[in-house]
Amino acid sequence: MTDRNISKAAAAAGGVTRRTVVAGIGAAGMLAGTSRFSIVRAAGGPLKVGVLLPRSGVQAGIGQDCQRGVEVAGPILKELGLPELQIMNGDTESNEQTARAQAEKLIGDGAQLLVGAFDSGQSAAIAQVAEQKGIPFVINIAAAPQITEQGYKYVFRNFPTAVTILTDAFKQQKEIFKQVGSAPKSVVFLHVNDTFGSAMAGGIGKVMPKFDMPYKVADTIAYDRAARDLSVEIAKAKATGADALLVVSRLNDAILLTRELVKQRWTPEAILSMGPGWYEDQYFKTLGKLSDGPISFVPWYDPKKKLSQTLKAAMKKAYPDVNLNTNHVYTFEALLVAADAYKRAGTGDSKELTEAVRTTNITDNVSIGEGIRFDAKGQNDTVGDASIQNVGGELVVVAPEKAAVAKAVWPMPPYDKR
Amino acid sequence: MPVELYLNVAVSGLLTGLIYGLSALGLSVIFGVIRIVNFAHGEIMVMGMFATLVLFRHLGIDPLYCVPIVAAALFAFGYLLQDLVVRRIVHLPDYMQFLLMAAIAVMIVSLCLMIFGPDAQGVQVSYAYDSFQIGPLLVDKVRVYAGVAALVVSGLLFAFFRYTDTGKAIRACGDNQTGALVVGLNVRRLFALTFGIGTACLGAAGAILVLLIDVHPYLGPSYTLLAFIIVIIGGLGSLPGALLGGLLIGFSEALAGLVFQPSMKSAVSFGLLILVLLLRPQGLMGKISR
Repeated sequence: MTDRNISKAAAAAGGVTRRTVVAGIGAAGMLAGTSRFSIVRAAGGPLKVGVLLPRSGVQAGIGQDCQRGVEVAGPILKELGLPELQIMNGDTESNEQTARAQAEKLIGDGAQLLVGAFDSGQSAAIAQVAEQKGIPFVINIAAAPQITEQGYKYVFRNFPTAVTILTDAFKQQKEIFKQVGSAPKSVVFLHVNDTFGSAMAGGIGKVMPKFDMPYKVADTIAYDRAARDLSVEIAKAKATGADALLVVSRLNDAILLTRELVKQRWTPEAILSMGPGWYEDQYFKTLGKLSDGPISFVPWYDPKKKLSQTLKAAMKKAYPDVNLNTNHVYTFEALLVAADAYKRAGTGDSKELTEAVRTTNITDNVSIGEGIRFDAKGQNDTVGDASIQNVGGELVVVAPEKAAVAKAVWPMPPYDKR
Repeated sequence: MPVELYLNVAVSGLLTGLIYGLSALGLSVIFGVIRIVNFAHGEIMVMGMFATLVLFRHLGIDPLYCVPIVAAALFAFGYLLQDLVVRRIVHLPDYMQFLLMAAIAVMIVSLCLMIFGPDAQGVQVSYAYDSFQIGPLLVDKVRVYAGVAALVVSGLLFAFFRYTDTGKAIRACGDNQTGALVVGLNVRRLFALTFGIGTACLGAAGAILVLLIDVHPYLGPSYTLLAFIIVIIGGLGSLPGALLGGLLIGFSEALAGLVFQPSMKSAVSFGLLILVLLLRPQGLMGKISR
């Protein structure tokens, strides 16, 4: 009997035909596509966490650094009695389109929760996918305020927004000026023109007037995030005669800016950074003693918290030459949130897992602030920042006073005398 | 803004433009003779940059001394690539040629990623942070050395095409391939030589460029695009045009960054490209093909 005859015989008997099978598959597909709350996966095994980071492209250095936080997380979470996580790695290639595609792919491959993606633009793209698919997304690092202002139900951020970073930065700058008995009279604001840089630039205009800062902004210079050469930017900044630099940058541009400062024989009184780049391990490695001096106002770890010491020790063991930094701390904490939520939910069901993330209340954590909990928008608004300075190849907390371990070195040592 | 600031930026832009010009020469040489648009242009230059990085790190050779070594290595690579692969698809439609070159580009990126990883890496020479002070001018020493090296390599290339028999034979192939065959020139060998010379230019440009910027596997596409802009502005297939285009782009990008906003640099390059296409489609030094 041929296949066609079998189908005919089955149809005649009122059984399953090829046509009904195809129709059934189609109907099942439609249901799967339209029912956002239907993603239920087996509980009991490890939670499948899709970790999306810029592992290649212009932000590769930072993406790889965030990955270190992932690598050391497993044993610590186990020690804390939290369930195992099955990490699924995704590479955003430092661009939004790939971030979106990779998020879809990871969900398609079974990811039950997403973590990422260091960059605001990429995180915003992933947030849209997470929302559409009904999968919880815990942002490790991304500061653009609008991400948690969209009314998303599945997006959570344990990282301060640009406004919080700026508010803390200006407060702590004044604290440092008081501490060292000096303050710049004018600054040049240099910023990368990506989503984060533009959000910070917009925020400065709104937040700075509230703080009555002792300096005026002599010029604002925006540059492309993939810039190959920043000599014009530094020449322009130097020509203003400003005392200090206010910067929002990434890693590669922070290195380029420093090199140009040296070449153009200009050591500003201070470099005040309100973004990544200047405290990264790669920055120290590439520039050696030229890396000393910049002060970064960043979300940081509280050295006095117990879990900070555990994480620091784990990092030291795994990467002896790497300082614990923001990238490791917040990537680790995102996984901490995931494991804690999975433990409380007891299931990988997306709805229940999301609810568990929403009701997170972790007080034994690493970052500065009261702990990890999310408001109605999915934002942890208790997370705080610190001022850290590069001193002798180490990162030293110089403000706020309660977390400071040293006084700021002011002014910066001249580049030509190092 | 003070005049010396404009002078500083203009000089720096011109020096950068010389290196841009040298890298674009590679594209122009290959297109001018073989009529292949090399979409792997930037990636081949990145290969040159990585090769220089390896020579610097493991043998301590200064990138400027690496120029002939890397150029020779990439000459061999280009020669073999043309003779073994590209030659076999020259008769196929343009889009198939484009795809082949794009595929080669992807393979180079993947290979560089496997060997060197995704991080940006640079060389640290003893004069990396030095600068020349000439009156009010403060010129980056590395950029001066790089600009001079680019000028020397370009001069050698011009001399080769103008004064040597092989150079003249290659130009003859570019002008009239059938005619070249009729007079008994070994076109296959000359094409392979041309591709090799084009990739050698990229090797030289890569060795020089690594002094100015850190290299990573994904650097290629932006330089491919930049080279296309330069050769279209200068005139496709014109060697002096490629150098002029490079100088023009380097200079205008630098001044645009100063006068407008640095983030406007690329917009100015593309603006120039549109202007040239509208007013002189054959490029500043290109010839109208009849």
